[in-house]
Amino acid sequence: MNFKLKDIVPQLITVLAVVLVFGFFTYNAQINMENRGIDFGYGFLSQESSFDVQFSLIEYDGSHSYFRAYLVGLLNTILVSVIGIIIATILGVIVGIARLSPNYLINKFAAFYVEFFRNIPLLLQIFFWYFAALRALPLPQDAEAMFGVFFLTIKGLYVPAFIWQNFNIFFYSIIAAVIAIIVIRAHAKKVQENQGKQIPVFLISIGLIFILPLLSFLIGGVRLSFEVPVLKQLATTSFIYEGGVSLPPELIALTLSLSLYTATFIAECVRAGIQGVGKGQKEAAASIGLTPNQVLKLVIMPQALRIIIPPTTNQYLNLTKNSSLAAAIAYPDLVLVFAGTALMQTGKAIEIVSITMFTYLTLSISISILMNWYNKKIAIQEK
Amino acid sequence: MSNINFLKPDRTNLNTFLYLGSFLFFISILDVFLNSFFRLNLTGFLPNFLSFLLPLILGFVGLYFIRIEYSGIKNLDLLNKHINTNNFNAVLSLLIIFIIIKSLPPILSWFVIDASFAGDTKDVCTGSGACWTYIKVWMRRFMYGMYPNAEQWRINLSFVALVLLGSVGYFATDKFKKYLTLYYVVIYPLIAFLFIFFFISGGPVFFDFSYGIIAAILSIIIGFFIPSKFKFYYFLIVPLALYVILKYFLFFEEYIELGKLDGLNWVETGAWGGLSLTFIISFFCLIFCFPIGMAFALGRRSEFPLIRYISVGFIEFWRGVPLITVLFMSAVMFPMFLPEDFFIDKLVRAIIAISLFEAAYVAEVIRGGLQALPRGQYEAAKSLGMGYWKMHIFVILPQALKLVIPGIANTFLALVKDTPLIFVVGLLEIVGMLNLAKTNPKWLGFAMEGYVFAAIIFWIICYAMSKYSYNLEQKYKTDR
Repeated sequence: MNFKLKDIVPQLITVLAVVLVFGFFTYNAQINMENRGIDFGYGFLSQESSFDVQFSLIEYDGSHSYFRAYLVGLLNTILVSVIGIIIATILGVIVGIARLSPNYLINKFAAFYVEFFRNIPLLLQIFFWYFAALRALPLPQDAEAMFGVFFLTIKGLYVPAFIWQNFNIFFYSIIAAVIAIIVIRAHAKKVQENQGKQIPVFLISIGLIFILPLLSFLIGGVRLSFEVPVLKQLATTSFIYEGGVSLPPELIALTLSLSLYTATFIAECVRAGIQGVGKGQKEAAASIGLTPNQVLKLVIMPQALRIIIPPTTNQYLNLTKNSSLAAAIAYPDLVLVFAGTALMQTGKAIEIVSITMFTYLTLSISISILMNWYNKKIAIQEK
Repeated sequence: MSNINFLKPDRTNLNTFLYLGSFLFFISILDVFLNSFFRLNLTGFLPNFLSFLLPLILGFVGLYFIRIEYSGIKNLDLLNKHINTNNFNAVLSLLIIFIIIKSLPPILSWFVIDASFAGDTKDVCTGSGACWTYIKVWMRRFMYGMYPNAEQWRINLSFVALVLLGSVGYFATDKFKKYLTLYYVVIYPLIAFLFIFFFISGGPVFFDFSYGIIAAILSIIIGFFIPSKFKFYYFLIVPLALYVILKYFLFFEEYIELGKLDGLNWVETGAWGGLSLTFIISFFCLIFCFPIGMAFALGRRSEFPLIRYISVGFIEFWRGVPLITVLFMSAVMFPMFLPEDFFIDKLVRAIIAISLFEAAYVAEVIRGGLQALPRGQYEAAKSLGMGYWKMHIFVILPQALKLVIPGIANTFLALVKDTPLIFVVGLLEIVGMLNLAKTNPKWLGFAMEGYVFAAIIFWIICYAMSKYSYNLEQKYKTDR
């Protein structure tokens, strides 16, 4: 009897404590809201928001609903995260490989980069880029064009916009190319296993992905033209670029600092992964006559990826969560638009903070589920 | 003398290649050097495009010539091995050397040569370099925030005292070594807590929370002397009873007033700030998040399903949300969850929020260490008749914690780097103070200096911590 009691009592106490704490909070929340005359509910989401957002990917102005404002913030968060993840991965892989270079200078340069950027708080880096570095850029009227079409000014980066005709045909041609590549790869693998012949899959793939879209231009009637930003005078001293796509300085500062910061961590993951593959593996592969490229592709990378992917996933998650620092420099992300402006206007603290947290939870959990699936796919299948 | 094939440097014409290659290499470096330090353009007579690329081409050819294997000259072999293994590496090495030479003069002139150090007004900052006068004038604000100047010795004294008390571990003799854990886990945090709440804030010692803290600490200390047979029931009853006794029978309201020290002025937490606030917050979060994280790590590996699910839920929740939303929650949502007359200081709220957040990360790190221990350790401890707590305290945790030193250090580094985020709840540590100083009408336009200054400070702190953790890792490395 005594033994069983010892099993149950700790669990009961923990559950009781959790229930009590939550009960206490809910009880207080009810009383507080009653006293202040706030009613609980998510109905406000369909009300008119009546505030404007500077930068949004979808059509939005004050007459849209709070839910639309939420979507604007969410899309901006996702935009920053995706760009940041792409740049950070490219940079991180390059730096991680450079860390292993036999070249002393490259090695030390990469080490310096990693030690420098990862020991400075991210928020400080964001502030630095936004308030100090990007403020030193020229005014729109003084900006010099890079390659004739890009304009980097204090008001943001202006790039030419693509204007497509029959974009869907172009899109279908890319999908067709991808499908064809997958089919050819499967076929090549079969041929190699059955007959031992090697088909130059890589060259064929590159050819396909260029030729099919090109055909869509020649036959499918796809037309592409560029709209180059043009300087326009608003007042005697106020200039602005019109046309093209403008990226606000907040977005540039945020992506720059996020990717520079996260790349250091990814670089360390990549380095650890490649170092984690035993030297014997490389030598064994070389001794059975594989070329250096094949050694890298068939022996080193599959094993290194297994070590690299789990911590790198964590870094992607961190980057996504860190993108919420955008609120500090007024980039209209989820936290600023929804947990900032919308909360100030409606006063629905509990609802809005819980929605924001739930959104981030969903984002993190979905990325980690995706990566777990991939991780399982490439894991060693032991017999 | 044999024929010279310039496409294939070899040992037979070693000297020719060596002199020619070194000369070309030297010329290319000299060109870039003169260009960047003295604004001389040696190759200005050439077309623009060629003059730009010439150093690279010359250097590349030079390095190609001196790339002779087994030359027999020690330095040349070292050079070839380290920066000149093949064409690609040679180009990269040259590029890096050029970048360093090119970027040195502007950095030097901004930091030192053109910078202004003297004076204490904005007028002295006329040069093109940094204005360190700005940092000098605002130094006290960056270090202590809005804390009154006359009272700042309290912060200094507390920090010095805490550092001294913290270094006791180095001087302890073997006889006292076994009490060190108790000291660092229980007594030292308590002293630190009292120092900060009593000395830095100058406020009352006894506030509502301190009953709980005192009760917990007393019961843990007494708990060491309770026979293990009754320990379970002891910890079930005594802490709660002690809390009730302390709160309702022993300490009356008058004692709270008595706790104030007359000579010290009360400085509200809103005035705290600067680098000292960074230290205070990091210190407390570090102290609190470690035991909480350890508890949840054990909970996640517990045999009781209910405890396990609760721990998993807690950990995954905090790990899934960004810190800034947690701080938002502590600022706007948390007050709604408390009784109306119950007020918690915003600094305390921020510390609670950050501690819970970091505890989830610490829990995952410790869990990694627990999982890495071989099963044999658990089985051996159990076969000696140890119970759950004895097994964990004496066998499992000491080994697991040793394994996770780098992970814990990384989490603490992240914690220190996260402290600037408290601007969300309106507290201004050093980065926040910089943003405030930047908008001062008398000192507009010195954002760069401020951020560089803060970056240097943070870099030194974080780099020192990471190196220290690396040393710890080496020191406690046990071969298995």
